[in-house]
Amino acid sequence: MAEFAVDPFMDLYARRASGMSASEVRALFAVAERPDVVSFAGGMPYVQALPTDHVLEVVRSVLSEQADVALQYAGGQGRLQVRRRLAMLMAEEGTFADPEDMVVTSGAQQALDLLGKVLIDPGDVIAVEAPAYVGALSAFSAYEPRYVQIDLDDQGMIVEQLEDTLLKGTRPKFVYTVPNFHNPAGVTMPLARRERLVALCREAHIPIIEDNPYGLLRFEGDSEPTLRSMDPQNVIYLGTVSKVFSPGVRLGWAVADSGLLQRLILAKEASDLCASNFMMLVTERYLADDAWRVNLEGLVSVYRSRRDVMIQALQEHFPADAVWTNPAGGFYVWVTLPPYFDTQAMLAAAVDRKVAYVPGTAFYPDARGRDRMRLAFCYPTEGRIEEGVRRLGELLADEEELYRELSQ
Amino acid sequence: MMANIAVLAGGRSPEREVSLHSGHRVLTALQSRGYVAFLLDPAEDPIVETLSAASVSACYVALHGKDGEDGTVQRLLQLLGIPYTGPDPFACQVSFDKVLAKEALGAAGVSTPAWAAVQAAALRDLGASGMLRHVVERVGLPAVVKPSRAGSAMGLSFVDREADLPPAVMSALSFSDAAVVERKIEGKEVAVGMVGSPDEPLPLVEIVPKSGVFDYAARYTAGATEYFAPARVPPEVADACRDEAARAFRTLGQRDVSRADIMIDEAGQPWVVDVNASPGMTDTSLLPMAAQSAGISLADLCERILQLALARA
Repeated sequence: MAEFAVDPFMDLYARRASGMSASEVRALFAVAERPDVVSFAGGMPYVQALPTDHVLEVVRSVLSEQADVALQYAGGQGRLQVRRRLAMLMAEEGTFADPEDMVVTSGAQQALDLLGKVLIDPGDVIAVEAPAYVGALSAFSAYEPRYVQIDLDDQGMIVEQLEDTLLKGTRPKFVYTVPNFHNPAGVTMPLARRERLVALCREAHIPIIEDNPYGLLRFEGDSEPTLRSMDPQNVIYLGTVSKVFSPGVRLGWAVADSGLLQRLILAKEASDLCASNFMMLVTERYLADDAWRVNLEGLVSVYRSRRDVMIQALQEHFPADAVWTNPAGGFYVWVTLPPYFDTQAMLAAAVDRKVAYVPGTAFYPDARGRDRMRLAFCYPTEGRIEEGVRRLGELLADEEELYRELSQ
Repeated sequence: MMANIAVLAGGRSPEREVSLHSGHRVLTALQSRGYVAFLLDPAEDPIVETLSAASVSACYVALHGKDGEDGTVQRLLQLLGIPYTGPDPFACQVSFDKVLAKEALGAAGVSTPAWAAVQAAALRDLGASGMLRHVVERVGLPAVVKPSRAGSAMGLSFVDREADLPPAVMSALSFSDAAVVERKIEGKEVAVGMVGSPDEPLPLVEIVPKSGVFDYAARYTAGATEYFAPARVPPEVADACRDEAARAFRTLGQRDVSRADIMIDEAGQPWVVDVNASPGMTDTSLLPMAAQSAGISLADLCERILQLALARA
């Protein structure tokens, strides 16, 4: 009897699929989805706060007035009317965008994939933050780049480090950054550093991909200008309605110069022909009057209170030598523990105690981040946040005790 | 009329996903044989009420890990008077807990690698710091460190240097209240399945993970591991493995279905490293492969296991 072909296609997979494998952490997340587990893992918008009557009215109006359009294919670039609304969202942060320079995508996540497809050849170097948004790493990794990682501090990407990298002769094809309320780090890049980053990349002729999903979720202070507004020629901008409206409509966009835009549209058509007309119509109508602003203000105030509760609970329950970021917006707090903690190994014990987080290792293309964790405060209620952080704090105290006993 | 069967799968253990895959395979297999069967996930539905309302004839236990494989669900089913597949509660409890299983196998003279337990309570409550030195003396290096009560190689690590032992023990203790530190046996890894009689194990399946380590990803990513059935070993070595597995099955009170994981060292000596009372039934699982190489289809296999439980009604 011969060898068992568990997977008859085993020898056929492309090299880019080799990194796609089952993982222990993903298996644990399946348990963490249980309602008795306080999950700080997923960055899920609190869609319960949306006025369902209003959304229902919007959907009803789309189907009663424009069913023939809603149920039909769209063009590859996406409806002009929705692009106008998306340009309006960008104007909220002081960024001018011409709807002609936009392509509508299936969330900003698809824009990341399309950019990878259009820009990355196997072996190309690309610059990402360390830590970086895990979804961007997954999207780019399919195109087999080599990563150069630029560390973050409280002010986002350390531009001097990028400069050093360039001086040493490394030439990344692009620099990917989340300047506002970073995922996972929660930090925001101040104006001076933005200016430096934009100037550096312009001089070096290296485009910047600016991913800005959380910009309108600001809890306090004034918004910083987007990188795109500072250098429209060299900055590719990605936006999404997932956080200001709903991730369920799967609607994002990219803004780019015409040459790149044309390729992105062709890549979009090759990938899935077009965005959903139905969802574009729902979105353009949702954004048509000022009701969305009221809803967003409500959401921001919910997130702000949850952030406050989480920071308070961390001060109360976490070890004195742990440090965390205090985000002025967005969804995430990034915790750095003493180096003997291994958050990946600890996840099973956390889920057993009915609390979950994302281990730091998810956000680095190498094995770093074992002493880090990302806590999302967007979804659990304030009481659950307090309870979950308390459970985590107890776990950390027990782990620390174990570590001391074991290392004697 | 055919019997009404509940396939228990899912649950809240870290192996929830694996169990759901197993359960759906078993469910489809039993339905293809005409059984009226449904899947019951104890994490979703109240188990006592659901079983009582459905007046089931037997349960197929496709739960893996804590609560499903350690005697908990078996005691509950016994209380409800519902026959179920697999060993009785005591046997489940012992075979699932690697500390107890290693004690039992050692006492019965079954060949199992040198080992020591590191219990969290000993460290926390007895002030057993400094014990790792003794563990290394007893077991030697390189060693395998695994949680006492977990499956699917979760929380498992290999340790070559003494300095790497503390983090490995911490990882294992994340899954369980005790860690087993076991001498690493270099050689071939095989699985020996049994269905029906512990004395007649199925042909050996040889496991060759492409990464060199049969970890979670190697187990559940199709194509990450090559399997050979029967194993590419001399007949006398295969016989020795089957004998050792049979001894382990009897010692640990296995019935209906079980799987022993065995390392064969370079001298051809088998070492039993684990016994599973609720072996995986997924697309990449070892027991269905072993059965297939013996000419038993998955539907036959599931039906045969179920019939053994029904016979106890």
